[in-house]
Amino acid sequence: MTDSMESENEKMDTSVKPTSLGSVASNAPKRAPGTLAMGRGLEARGIHAWFGKNHVLSDVTLDFAAGTVTALIGPSGCGKSTFIRTMNRMHEFIPGAAMAGEVLLDGKDVYAPGTDVTKIRLQIGMVFQKPNPFPSMTIGQNVLSGLKLAQLKVDNKDDLMEECLERAGLWSEVKDRLNAHGGSLSGGQQQRLCIARALAVRPQVLLMDEPCSALDPGSTLRIEETIRHLSDSMTIIIVTHNMQQAARVSDYTAFFLSDNGPGQMIECAPTSEIFSRPRDKRTENYVTGRFG
Amino acid sequence: MSTALAPAPTKPWKASPKDHLIDFGVFLLAAIVDFLVVSVTPMKGKLAYFFVFFATYLAFTTIRQFILRGSASAKDAFVSSLVAFGAFVTLLPIVSILVTVINKGSKGIHLGLFTHDMSMATPTDPLSNGGLLHAITGTLTLVALALVMSVPIGILTALYLTEIQGRFTRPIRFLVQAMSGVPSIVAGLFILSAVLYPITKSYSGFMGSLALTILMIPTIARTSEEVLRLIPQDLREAGTALGGTQWRTVAMIVLPAARSGLITAMILGVARVAGETAPILLLTGGGDKVNPNAFNGPIGSLPYYIWKSFNAGSPESITRAWAGLLVLLVLVLVFFTLARFLGSRKVAK
Amino acid sequence: MPQTYIQPSAPAPSSGVAIPREITTEPRFSDRVFRGVVTTGGLSSLAILGLITIFLGYRGFEVLRQEGFNFITSSTWAITTDDAGNVVESHFGIAAMLVGTILCSIVAVLIAVPISVFTALFLNFYAPAWLKKILVSVIDMMAAFPSILFGIWGFLVLMPSVEYWAKLLNHYLGFIPIFHVPAYYFTRSPFIAGVVLAIMIIPIITSVSREVFSQTPLDRIQAAYALGATRWGMIQAVVIPYGRGGVVGGAMLGLGRAMGETVAVYTVLNIVYQVNWQMLFGAGGNIASLIILKFGDASPYEIKALMAAGLILFALTLLVNAGADLMVKRFGGNKR
Repeated sequence: MTDSMESENEKMDTSVKPTSLGSVASNAPKRAPGTLAMGRGLEARGIHAWFGKNHVLSDVTLDFAAGTVTALIGPSGCGKSTFIRTMNRMHEFIPGAAMAGEVLLDGKDVYAPGTDVTKIRLQIGMVFQKPNPFPSMTIGQNVLSGLKLAQLKVDNKDDLMEECLERAGLWSEVKDRLNAHGGSLSGGQQQRLCIARALAVRPQVLLMDEPCSALDPGSTLRIEETIRHLSDSMTIIIVTHNMQQAARVSDYTAFFLSDNGPGQMIECAPTSEIFSRPRDKRTENYVTGRFG
Repeated sequence: MSTALAPAPTKPWKASPKDHLIDFGVFLLAAIVDFLVVSVTPMKGKLAYFFVFFATYLAFTTIRQFILRGSASAKDAFVSSLVAFGAFVTLLPIVSILVTVINKGSKGIHLGLFTHDMSMATPTDPLSNGGLLHAITGTLTLVALALVMSVPIGILTALYLTEIQGRFTRPIRFLVQAMSGVPSIVAGLFILSAVLYPITKSYSGFMGSLALTILMIPTIARTSEEVLRLIPQDLREAGTALGGTQWRTVAMIVLPAARSGLITAMILGVARVAGETAPILLLTGGGDKVNPNAFNGPIGSLPYYIWKSFNAGSPESITRAWAGLLVLLVLVLVFFTLARFLGSRKVAK
Repeated sequence: MPQTYIQPSAPAPSSGVAIPREITTEPRFSDRVFRGVVTTGGLSSLAILGLITIFLGYRGFEVLRQEGFNFITSSTWAITTDDAGNVVESHFGIAAMLVGTILCSIVAVLIAVPISVFTALFLNFYAPAWLKKILVSVIDMMAAFPSILFGIWGFLVLMPSVEYWAKLLNHYLGFIPIFHVPAYYFTRSPFIAGVVLAIMIIPIITSVSREVFSQTPLDRIQAAYALGATRWGMIQAVVIPYGRGGVVGGAMLGLGRAMGETVAVYTVLNIVYQVNWQMLFGAGGNIASLIILKFGDASPYEIKALMAAGLILFALTLLVNAGADLMVKRFGGNKR
């Protein structure tokens, strides 16, 4: 099954989309938007972030074209996680947090006054580093929890549950025990349950903050497969410490670095370019393992 | 590496002046409706204004959010107002108690209060007669005695729980918790049955102190345990590694490091029992004269004085009771604030 | 050195099979004394609780044996003595007091729990940091108020208002049995005592709830928010399931406090020797208040009856507190 999906992706890669990544767009491997509504993608414009007086992220501008997977790599503390948390406005939960810049979802600023932040988070889903299913809910309830939280109505909950678990690659493993508690699953299964949970509200964008760092290699592989399948239908941004993982799953890779100052985005290019001929010396040093 | 010109940090998620203006508008509207409703219906009083205002505000914000953002936001707005209301209701009695005690108590406060006792006066006498001296000294005596008895036991219990950690650790923690729930009257009855009737056969301050000791031990033990737990384990290991015995490590390293926290525990214990009334009524006999000997004869105390004055029932005596309450409250709050102040730096750096 | 350790370089036995060496710790004399003293001190709570049971039981035994089960099922409290002070006839039953104690405490808990939970939620998830700091201090301060203060304030300030609410409740909801009154008399009712007790236990329940809520794992809170939850949605999905057990424990702790409270209840409650479940009616009972009420001029034999009543109260509060402790430990910790 995985193989057939991959070959499909290869075919789609031939078409080129104009709305991405400025100068490097011409030689980028492009993916056509999938069949589901993906919108026009996500654009970050001049993002800065602060914690109190501490300037942690400086002037990041990045486009995430619809239907692409972008990996954010870089050493610890370079602002990758902070950056993706500004995308769905999770940044503001940290006391003392501040930001500047714009995040455009379908051309609309998610920080515009009067924006309903809960609607933003429905459109931009998130998967965290540590699997965090709700332990008081069953597997099935976990998948549908987003709908309940946002008071959304769907016609056929069972179909949706199956579809989401299927897309997260978990259906065959849990279909007989949907009423078991979420905590009874293994770590990798829990993480896929969290992905299924994020999918149930049908986000356009999925943010993944080191989703595999707490998992064993087998589970990591399953999640990477899931990511590749999902990229047909949504925009994915994944933070990872693992350069091989970035190389395996992403279309684009952005390298972040903090040089005793705020974190900055050094370079963003198609993944193959970042790993074969990076333009910046620091990127090269990092991807070749000279530091980080 | 740094960007030449970083824009100013902003917090777009914070409410803008416009949002504040709208919130204030809703607030004002609710106040107006509140005023109208209370004036046309038979409801009356401050509390009526308060509850009607709350209900109107709740309704307005909920409806507004429902129109703007739908049912989930409406529920959120509803609950936001509700929990704020809950916090407000919690504060109401505190404010009311403080205002009442200060208001009514200050009428009975005069300098003679601290230099005279009630041996030459009755509670129904004019307020200028007599004073609180016997009650204040009595309370201090009772509490000091109780402190002397409960501190060693309380701290030893805490040391057992943190330093020895033998097989009784869990049961003892459980028992200390259970002991903190012993009703004060039961502590009083116990001393009555175990000490006063069979042994001393007379009321005295010491009897009261014994009961207070029982009530104080759990407070001191639990607070001390928390403090001792904050002492880093490597400090203890450093002590043992230097060749110290456990006894020396505890005495020379652990306890001194926890000093201010242990003092906090004692003060909290004092604050806990200073106003305790029921066992005092059973055990101390409550004299009207300053009695410096806690082991012989009835002894007065603030709670006893308040109780006696309150039950005498005349306007003068009730003012006396309020004055006594004010003095008692100030005493308790001084201890409490002191404990808080010291508690903010629990472990000496 | 008090301890000896295995030397890492110790040669293995020639057979090639490692035989575990025993590590012996021979404490010094001073340490043995230290441990002995501390253990004795630590066991004092056990000793005190045991002694309370023994002495109250010993003193109350005679009455308990004479009255038997009637002691907790009958409501008569009467003693007749002849001129010499010998007991001619006596009937001691605390049914009305027991019922009254439970009724007042339950009213108190029912009122205090929602207010405390709202307050705790407000402090943890709604209040700005500066306000939270102030409120926590103020509420902790309230927990340090002496109970006689609540009693006198409750009697002189609160009672008129509560009586007014009680009349309203009776007027509009009188058809419900618990809001019914047999006669139009609302002063010093169990309801009023319950309100005073509620005010007294709000700080305790609030602080336990606040503690439990604040331990809610941050990753679950974030997960809920990331799914587009509103603040209330997050609380419902994450905080309440996590903190429920701890809140129940806190409520039981408050229940235990309310049952044992003496002076405040005595001041605002009308003690009547008749079982009364109608909380708005001005007739109630309370074991602790009974003791204060009767102690002053009780004969030695009646004192024994009061000791027996104290023993029952002690057992009741111990039971409730133990339950509370288990609940808080079980659900207040890191699990779930």
